[in-house]
Amino acid sequence: MTTTERAAARRERRPGTARGFSWGFVVKLLLMGIVNAFGLTVILSAYRAESWVVLGIMVALLVLVDVIYFTKRALPLKYLAPGLAFLFVFQLFTLGYTGYVAFTNYGSGHSGSMQQAVDAAFIQDEQRVPDSPAYPLTVVERAGELGFAIVVDDEVRAGTALEPLAEIDGAGTGASGAPTEVPGFTVIERAQVLTDPALQEQVVALRVPFSDDPEDGSIRTREGSTGVLYTSSLEWDEDARTITDTETGLVYAADDRGSFVADDGTRLATGWYVNVGFENFVRAFTDAKFAAPLLQVTLWTFAFSILTVLSSFGLGLLFALIFNDPRIRSRKLIRTLFILPYAFPAFMSALLWRGMLNSEFGVVNDLFFFGADINWLGDPILAKLAILWVNLWLSYPYWFLVCTGALQSLSGETLEAAKVDGAGPFRRFRSIILPLLLVSTAPLAIASFAFNFNNFTIIYMLTEGGPSIPGAPNGIGSTDILISAIYAISGVAGGTADYGLASALSIIVFVVIGVISAIAFRQTRKLEEIQ
Amino acid sequence: MRKQLGIGALVIASGLVLAGCSAGDGDQSGGGGDGAELVIWTDAEREPAIRAAAEAFEEESGATVTLVQKNFEDLRNDFTAQVPTGEGPDITVGAHDWLGALVTAGVVDTIDIGAAAEEFEQVSLDAFTYDGQLYALPYSLETVALVQNTALVGTEAPATWDEMIQRGIDAGAERPVVINTAGETGDAYTMYGLQTSFGAPVFVQDETGSYTNEVGMSGAPGEAFATWLHENGSAGTGYLSTTIDYDINNELFNSGQAAYTVQGPWAISSFADVDVAVNPIPSAGGETAAPFVGVQGFYLSSQSDNALLANEFLVNYLATEDAQRALYEADPRIPAFSTLAEEVASDPVIAGFLASSQNGVPMPSIPEMGSVWDFWNAAETQIINGADPATTWSSMITELEGSLAG
Repeated sequence: MTTTERAAARRERRPGTARGFSWGFVVKLLLMGIVNAFGLTVILSAYRAESWVVLGIMVALLVLVDVIYFTKRALPLKYLAPGLAFLFVFQLFTLGYTGYVAFTNYGSGHSGSMQQAVDAAFIQDEQRVPDSPAYPLTVVERAGELGFAIVVDDEVRAGTALEPLAEIDGAGTGASGAPTEVPGFTVIERAQVLTDPALQEQVVALRVPFSDDPEDGSIRTREGSTGVLYTSSLEWDEDARTITDTETGLVYAADDRGSFVADDGTRLATGWYVNVGFENFVRAFTDAKFAAPLLQVTLWTFAFSILTVLSSFGLGLLFALIFNDPRIRSRKLIRTLFILPYAFPAFMSALLWRGMLNSEFGVVNDLFFFGADINWLGDPILAKLAILWVNLWLSYPYWFLVCTGALQSLSGETLEAAKVDGAGPFRRFRSIILPLLLVSTAPLAIASFAFNFNNFTIIYMLTEGGPSIPGAPNGIGSTDILISAIYAISGVAGGTADYGLASALSIIVFVVIGVISAIAFRQTRKLEEIQ
Repeated sequence: MRKQLGIGALVIASGLVLAGCSAGDGDQSGGGGDGAELVIWTDAEREPAIRAAAEAFEEESGATVTLVQKNFEDLRNDFTAQVPTGEGPDITVGAHDWLGALVTAGVVDTIDIGAAAEEFEQVSLDAFTYDGQLYALPYSLETVALVQNTALVGTEAPATWDEMIQRGIDAGAERPVVINTAGETGDAYTMYGLQTSFGAPVFVQDETGSYTNEVGMSGAPGEAFATWLHENGSAGTGYLSTTIDYDINNELFNSGQAAYTVQGPWAISSFADVDVAVNPIPSAGGETAAPFVGVQGFYLSSQSDNALLANEFLVNYLATEDAQRALYEADPRIPAFSTLAEEVASDPVIAGFLASSQNGVPMPSIPEMGSVWDFWNAAETQIINGADPATTWSSMITELEGSLAG
């Protein structure tokens, strides 16, 4: 039997399938058409943007997807592929990119490529010749070479990048005063210059020497209708990777840190980002400026997440036990009310608490501390307590909910048996309820720990990390946890930016959480053995 | 057989969807004709005014102008991050104190507004000048000033801090003055006028008025200011307090509980329930109080594909009185356009801010400024909260200088 025959035989065995045609196939075809079209668009724009990595990955992905869905070889993959694609795009790509940035010095002053830094140096250096008039200007062309024609004292001069301006006889000027007719050159209409991006780029880059003497400067145009004299004293040597300032004689050489530095230590303002190896990782631990505040931040991060989990679990469990007692009336209503803090958006609650904890206008001092002037958010220790308290308020309803559910699923027979055996309430809780409860809640506790480890919202909304640790860079404060400190270091909110260090720290945080979670999950497996 | 058919159908389907998707952007990215597109980033307030100027420009040049609206606070970071990737705009709205950071990042181009320069207030052009080069077209100035409740303390400007406090007390206000400290964060920006009245500028200015990277608030004047903060903080009179954030500040003033406040024009709309007069900030330390003047303008991207168009739009369409008036009407700040500034000074509130700005100094735009705020704000907060002024201030200076040295 040939392949086709075998396929035909198989088809015949399947009832309800019209020969070679089914609606399911049409739907699949349409969906795959959309997927392929999307993939091709990305590939095309990646090609246009010359980002070869993205292009390569997209081609591979697209081929893979088509192979999966148009062959019969990989049935399980047909179900797994969408999930894997999302995993790749949303998790692995972000992780990979963060990893890449962590090994660079991307940040303030190092945000582009070396070519862009060179461009910037020339932009910053090129000065308008003092008192240079603005000459009416027209863009002209000769033998494929762009040039400018300008009007100087009623006479038209024209030239190109290689040929300095020279007087042109028989030229005419239009109503705007700019040359309209330049013998020997083709005049390019301004409208055409403005609407053709490629031409525009050339015109912006074009410098036409005013005379044979370079000291006189060159004509450049910024908007295509007037020319002004500019001088630049920089020279870029691409092979030696140096920029020479012909005026001062200084030679700025590219160093391995992404800056142009001269021998006397002066450097050009704009740098570019380069690979710095493990420096960011090392700096987080060794740079005296960062090490001490970051150690404090790390300790507080652990304290914050562990204490939050313990306290909210404890309180939630306590309330769950109490309100699980059938003797309590209107339990449903009370349970619903308990959920409220959890149902309210956390950032709103945090902002509300921030107002309530204000030492002068806040309701907390007024009502509970007899109007005392306790600066909850301004003192390093009180601010930590305030954060723990507010986070407890925010998260115990979650544990209340979880524990109530877990309690209700406990087998009544076991508890009954314990009762008959004469175990008191405390003994029953310690030996039966708690161990059984932990089986289902311990993994949640680990997840909660991981969540609070990165609980940016509460820190940012309640204290913004403050009060500041005296002398700490980037305004790192005593209630900052690692993730909010990373935010401060990244400079997204303002100030100086250091994306490289921020990325390195994120990776360290990721590893820490990963390791802790792995160990903890292994431990919880022992709990399951109780069952 | 069926497989080939499937692949053929797939290719056709892909082609169709692709064609459908690309029809939209085909006429934007085309190589010639009316294809040029100018992308401008703006905040919400300026959008309608730029839109009006852009319509005239689109008609005359045949180009399309795409406005992208963003939060003002996000503009600087997004611009710095996206220009190097080629995804940035041609023009963005921005504040002058970003200039140093933008130049260091290499994302801005110089501009030449030619004769139009004479139409603008010199201070606004100076603010956008870095190393002798102009980098943006200004449109507005802003500064903080003393805002007073006329029902309590009249319209007359107090000359000194003590005089102001006395008048506030005489008026029977609950608080003579309220000043925003951004809560526990600290707000050295609002406090700067009072700081300069002690002769303690954040960075030393050279003879041309440009800021050097030498910290200017060390020594006796800086410590005098710190001592004054301490005396008026929680350990002293309590006029300054870190319990005040922006909203509380405006609420206290708007409800008549405070006679004076230091605020900018952006807060005037929060003072709807009281009649206000705006005056220059009184001197606390004997010298003239010189608050920071901020200037807003339009930056040109260094990686713009349409530099000619962008320049044309900036110089010939936005640097005109009509466009500048539309910008003023969209969000009334002090115009940088001189004739317009004179015209709107008939409004006493604007005139008050204008008078304050004439005492002021441009906020430094050097990149070093980025490192200052965190140290500076934190030290002021600690001193207001009762920390020892001299040691807190001098250790702040030491840490700041250490940080600037790298």
